[in-house]
Formats: sequence, C-alpha cells, structure tokens
Amino acid sequence: MASCTGETLFVEASRLLVPSTRTPVMDAKAVERAIARMARELIEMNAGAAELMLMGIHRRGVQLAHLLQAEIERAEGLTVPLGTLDITLYRDDLMAIGPRPVIGESKLPPGGIDDQVVVIVDDVLFTGRTARAALNELMDWGRPARIYLCVLVDRGGRELPIRPDIVGKSIETMPNQAVEVLVPELDGELAVHVVTVPPEAA
Amino acid sequence: MTRTAPSLGKDLVGLERLEPDQISTILDTAEPFKEISERRIKKVPVLRGKTIVNLFFEPSTRTRVSFEFAEKRLSADTVNISSSGSSVVKGETLVDTARNLEAMKIDMVVMRHGSSGAASFLADRIPSSVVNAGDGGHEHPTQALLDMLTIRDTLGRISGIKVCLVGDILHSRVARSNIFGLLKLGAEVAVCGPRTLLPRGVEELGVSVFGRIEDAIEWADVLNVLRLQFERMKAGYVPSLREYNRVWGVSSARLDAAPKDLVILHPGPMNRGVEIDSDVADGPHSVILNQVTNGVAIRMAVLYLLAGGVPEAAEAAKGGGES
Repeated sequence: MASCTGETLFVEASRLLVPSTRTPVMDAKAVERAIARMARELIEMNAGAAELMLMGIHRRGVQLAHLLQAEIERAEGLTVPLGTLDITLYRDDLMAIGPRPVIGESKLPPGGIDDQVVVIVDDVLFTGRTARAALNELMDWGRPARIYLCVLVDRGGRELPIRPDIVGKSIETMPNQAVEVLVPELDGELAVHVVTVPPEAA
Repeated sequence: MTRTAPSLGKDLVGLERLEPDQISTILDTAEPFKEISERRIKKVPVLRGKTIVNLFFEPSTRTRVSFEFAEKRLSADTVNISSSGSSVVKGETLVDTARNLEAMKIDMVVMRHGSSGAASFLADRIPSSVVNAGDGGHEHPTQALLDMLTIRDTLGRISGIKVCLVGDILHSRVARSNIFGLLKLGAEVAVCGPRTLLPRGVEELGVSVFGRIEDAIEWADVLNVLRLQFERMKAGYVPSLREYNRVWGVSSARLDAAPKDLVILHPGPMNRGVEIDSDVADGPHSVILNQVTNGVAIRMAVLYLLAGGVPEAAEAAKGGGES
C-alpha cells in the first residue's frame, strides 16, 4: 500500500481537525473491470501465464493479488503462484517514524522466485518508495527473471525513478488528497475513494 | 494506513513490568522474523547503522550467540565484551564501563550480569536501550518470551494452558520470568521441585506447588524442565545427583504414565541424566530445539521494537541517576 508518511499524516490530520471530503472514484464494478483488464494485459505482456508469480504487498495489495489470480485463472485456466510481501523492514523512513509498525507476513510461493516473472501487486502507487523497498526485499529473496509493477491506482507524485508496468486507473491528485483502496476483507466493500483534506487543515 | 505496535519503552528489563498487550506484541512481532532466518540471505536492513554492545559478565553461549545472530540478521553492528579480558577485571564499575561505551556512541546494550537488578540499574543511568539477557536470580525475559512463543506454536495458545516449571526454581531467573509472563497471558502455572530449591513464599506469585513430579506430570500440559544450577549452589541443596534424578528426574517412564502427551521444554544447557533423561530430551514431545530457533526470532522482535524507542525516555535517563 502507499505507506508513505506524507499520506499517513494527511489522513490522521483529517481525523483530528476538519472533516475531510470523501469522493468515490471507482465502485466495485469498476474495480473488477480494471482488474480483469490488468490480468489480460499481464497475460499479453508475458505471452501466457506460465512462470508468472504474483507478490501482493501488505496489506491491500494482497487482496488485489488474489483478485488478479482469480481473473488469470478464468482466462488461462492456470492458478499462478501467489506470495505476500511486507516491506516494513525495508522502509527508508523506519528510523524517522515513532512507534514501530506492525509487521505483516512475507510469504514466498513454495518454488521461490528464482528465474520467475514476479509481479509486484500494490493498491496505490504514489512516491515509489514502497516499490523501491519491495524491489530490495525481492532481491534478498532471490533472482527473478524479471519484475513487473502492477498497481490499481497510480496517483502520480513520484519521488523516485519508478514507473508502473500495469495500471488500473490513473488519478490526478493534490498533495492534500489521499487515495484509499477499500477491499471486502478489511473494509467490507470493494471501491476506491479519494479523501480530500481542506487546505487550511493540511 | 500503517498500524503501529504498542511501545515497549526504552528498555526490556523484565516481564514483571510489562503489560499483557506488550508481551503479546513481542510474540506476534517474532512471527514474521522467523521467516527471515529461513531465507537464503538472512538479513534485513532494519537496524542498519545501529551499534549494539553485548556485555556479558557471566558465561553464556546460547543466549549470547542467539542475540548476536538476531543483531546481525537485522544488520546492526555488534561488539562483544565479556568480563574476562575486559577492564572489569581491573575493577571498573558497571556504570563506568557503560558510560565509556556510551562515549563511543552506541545505541543498545544487551547485558548479562550476576547481580539481580543490574539491568534496571544500568537502564536508569544510560540513554541507550538496555536489554536484560539475565541478571542474577531476577529475570531473563527473552528466555521466557521464547518459551511462551514455543508453547503458543505447539499448542496454538497460551491462555488456559497448564505449565509446570520443574526443578531448581530458587536459582532460576528463567522461572521468575516465565511465571510473570505466563500468568499475564492467562496460563495456569505450577512449580515442582525439592523444597530446598523452591523459594519461600513462591505461592504468593500466583502459582501452585506440586511436591511430587508424578502429580505435576498428571496435571500439566507443558513441562518446562529447569537446569540444576550447580554454579549458584553454595550449600547442599540436593543430597546427590543420582538421588535427584531418581526423585525429580523427567523420564519417559514417568511421562508414559501421564494421561496425555506433554510438551517438554528446557532452557538449556541440559544436565542429561539429572533433571531430564536423554530419551525425553530427544523424544517426540521435546521442543527444546524449537526453543533455540524461536530464541533468535524473539530477540529480533525485541531489538526491532526497542529500536523504535521513545526519545523522551532516553532524554530523561541522560539526566538522572548519579552513581
């Protein structure tokens, strides 16, 4: 997920100060359509689903990876391996933030990632710092044949030279906005919202 | 957004001072760290640039090596100091030793010391985080934490589990830390051993006492068999090792008579044939080596959680406590 301090700060500030506005930008249907297209793009890019492996980034990238996996199975009749990645220990701001984040599970598919086509799946791409951490962690796991970056929402605002390979939806955002991807397992619905904090509060 | 764990504060001195949710946090945090030791590259950059001093005033292999692995797998820089061959033998006080280390800009001290309260004493006097790796007969928190993690791994929970600590309770900091930690997480705790090796008033800690090992085995789900600590015994606590084994030893004959299978823990190093028989230690219900594996994960979790730190506490410690 787009776990950058900037975004966290805005959301927390919004809870404390002024009521923020929440605008739905994708409903469940729209997310499902985007996922279906992303799965097709992935299969096309890779010329099939063989050697593909999905790595969902905690937390909401994991649920999205499961949706992608189901979609790929529907199209190709093949269940691609799925792993999870928690990038907490690779964050570049770990010493700057106060209390320690809860670490989720990093779980590699049984075969490992050597010589596989690894697809990093995340909910929102923002600064690129999460993707950078994920790349470093994957390199410590092994040597994939190649790595794709696949995100549901690209909200711009990159701080590192990182670009996604597959994007569900690009959204122009302001610094005082946060993009929240909601998934049924954690939030009770599948949707994408943009949360705006009034500039005076931010 | 990012979920954060409850803070442990600046130091880990003992489990007596921790809240149940802090203990649970350490156990939960150890889970993802287990996996790092299974990787091909057993290293994550989380403590990169942190300097940790392992200050061991008492002999230790397992605990020191376990801490050192934990530190190295988190990318910390480590220095080991043992009392022999250091200025301690020249009569330097603990605080002077620590302050000199502080002057070299360290971030954490992992300390084992023969005096109860040494960890707390040091923690109050230096701004670095202090992790207690055993202080006299007081506490050995990381050992109890890894015992609890091993119990939770094996039985799925700690709450409601019956754990009996067997043997030398009197000299055992491991027993004290286990009693505090297990009770806080809702386990039932008993002790069993010769009266000479049970501390007076041990019942007041909230544990029951068994006078016969057979009764303890019948009651318990888990036996944590403690080492007879010859080095701390200055008087004749037990008539002979052979007699101790005959009356108190955990043998497969005794375990076979139990109504259910027991999980067997031992903090090591074992006196085989004294407090535990070899066929039990190497048997199917022994989780002694799981304890050792979990020890690294628990210590990684503790170091990770403490390195987050609370700057206010470090500031406060700088000013206080003239020795």
